[in-house]
Amino acid sequence: MQRHVGDDDLAPAALRTAAPASPPAPQDLPESAYAIRTRGLVKSYPGPEGTTTRAVDGLDLDVERGETFAFLGPNGAGKSTTIAMLCALARPTAGRATVAGVDVLTQPRAVRRRVGMLFQHSAVDPDLTAEQNLHIHARLYGLSRRDARRRTAEVLETADLTDRRRSPVRTLSGGMRRRLEIARQLLHAPGVLFLDEPTTGLDPHARAQVWEHLRTLRERHGSTLFVTTHYLEEAENCDRLAIIDRGRLVAQGAPDRLKAAIGDDLVVLRTGDDAAAQQVVRRLLPPDRAVTVDADGVSLRVPGGSAWIPRLCAGLEASGVAVHAASATPPTLDDVFFHHTGRSLDAPQPGRAAAHAATARTGGGR
Amino acid sequence: MSALTWESSETTGGERTTRLRRELRAVHALVHRDLLRLAGQRTHTALMLLHPALYLLILGGGLAALIPQASLGVGYQAYLFPGMLMMTVQTPAIMVGIRLITDRESGYLRELLMAPVRRSTLLLGSCAGGTLTAAVQGAVLLGLAGVAGLPYDPVLLGLLLAGMVLASFTVTSLALALAVSLRRAETFHTLLGVVMMPLLFLSGGFFPLTALPAWARALSDVNPLAYAVDLLRRIIALRVPDQAAAAGIEWAGRQPPLFLEAALLLAGGVVALLWATHRFNRPE
Repeated sequence: MQRHVGDDDLAPAALRTAAPASPPAPQDLPESAYAIRTRGLVKSYPGPEGTTTRAVDGLDLDVERGETFAFLGPNGAGKSTTIAMLCALARPTAGRATVAGVDVLTQPRAVRRRVGMLFQHSAVDPDLTAEQNLHIHARLYGLSRRDARRRTAEVLETADLTDRRRSPVRTLSGGMRRRLEIARQLLHAPGVLFLDEPTTGLDPHARAQVWEHLRTLRERHGSTLFVTTHYLEEAENCDRLAIIDRGRLVAQGAPDRLKAAIGDDLVVLRTGDDAAAQQVVRRLLPPDRAVTVDADGVSLRVPGGSAWIPRLCAGLEASGVAVHAASATPPTLDDVFFHHTGRSLDAPQPGRAAAHAATARTGGGR
Repeated sequence: MSALTWESSETTGGERTTRLRRELRAVHALVHRDLLRLAGQRTHTALMLLHPALYLLILGGGLAALIPQASLGVGYQAYLFPGMLMMTVQTPAIMVGIRLITDRESGYLRELLMAPVRRSTLLLGSCAGGTLTAAVQGAVLLGLAGVAGLPYDPVLLGLLLAGMVLASFTVTSLALALAVSLRRAETFHTLLGVVMMPLLFLSGGFFPLTALPAWARALSDVNPLAYAVDLLRRIIALRVPDQAAAAGIEWAGRQPPLFLEAALLLAGGVVALLWATHRFNRPE
């Protein structure tokens, strides 16, 4: 999985300048293993006074088939523009992109036939029933009447909306509506499903439902999911993610790898005798690790922090030091973003510390 | 992986042979949507039908006593009937334009644009949907032919229906041509308010065009509604010669042939639709 990150970090500068002409650099996976590949993708708009604004600036993405890929970035980073190019709604200014094995520039309709797109503000016809909306959509995608009926029934079942199929859409709840919108994108069985901020505007319960639904889809159909989000915890649960800022890719890889790449977990122990504990922990850790004592207890930074907790506790118990509490806090994706851009994703807050506290959920033994 | 296999079997199964069929299915989908909406919004449909009927019964009934039959060649209600049919088909046809704009505002249009068909197909589907709903409503109002003193002759009704289909196609295309260049529904409504009144009164549906001053007659010569009303009126005269009303459109004092009028309407609609397609094809 990790192999592209290394390759791409070296390659992009060369590829960006020569993007339209040069073929993608050879990779160690066959072309068919990728659901999405972009090289030097650029979208620019005319700005004020003859300048051009680059909404997306030389993007190189690799998304493998069957994975759930998060596209993380602050508002206005270029996420929606990228998605629009990938599903052939907008034409790239430069660069190339292949989606589900098809070039978006030369075969836009073939791309649209193979992808589904859930817009951030999706629209269904509120005056028609759930079933009617789906049927019309299926026909728009060229399904025969019989196939349209069959697929409509199937996706209604998947979305758990069969008993509401004859209700006008305006009577459905927000979560049901979102599930219907997702169901609509599955009618033509797309290989790649784009979801632009799929849970924005939903309450936590509905959000969890939508994600549950997406996980089921993936397990059942092996579809590739490409999800844009600015919720860190949603990106956290994906197989891999790319972080975009001001139109540029700043990092790409599995969440754990990205976090591991920038630092170690913070382990904090609260003991009956912190000074003694410090000595014991020093002996247990590799010699280059610093162990500090402050009002919070004994703190140390190690890779795989939660795996260290049982060992540390056992060592401390053996030395007669009582352990009251232990916690391991991995670096968050916000830390990763901060590391690469010098800014926090949760824009107005200065608090990276606050983000730390909020995600200090990997509790240790007692 | 069932989804992926299903997809590939479908796409390898003769992509070229199914191209046209795909586009036709998309057109059908849009027409289907219009018909479902027509059936679903019963109150709205009933009101749209009531409006022209009220004109025929109230305006026609009230003015019938005041306007002497000699000046029109027929009773006023009979004179008003083609104009009323025109009003019937014009409202749903214009609704198509309004819906294109509201679909754009609501995001539904973007969903349509995601469909793997040409943009012109989407516009063609909207046009076909508008024409069909307009014709359906026109067909219902043909039931009032008796009020205007017309016989329920199947050939006459069939010809009138064909004329209405042609008229609704032209008005739908014009509405679409207008709607593709406008971004806001309010602008469209305001524009309609300004434009529709003169178009209706210069159509010859309410009073003979001969009664108009010369400059207004010149305007009505380029008014598509005037050709539509004239077409319907002459269809009536063709089948029921004693119901021949005063002349409508005249070029240098002579009536253009019936088929030329029909061809002009069709050509106007086609040109408007082509222009709309051209505008609509520009990437956003």
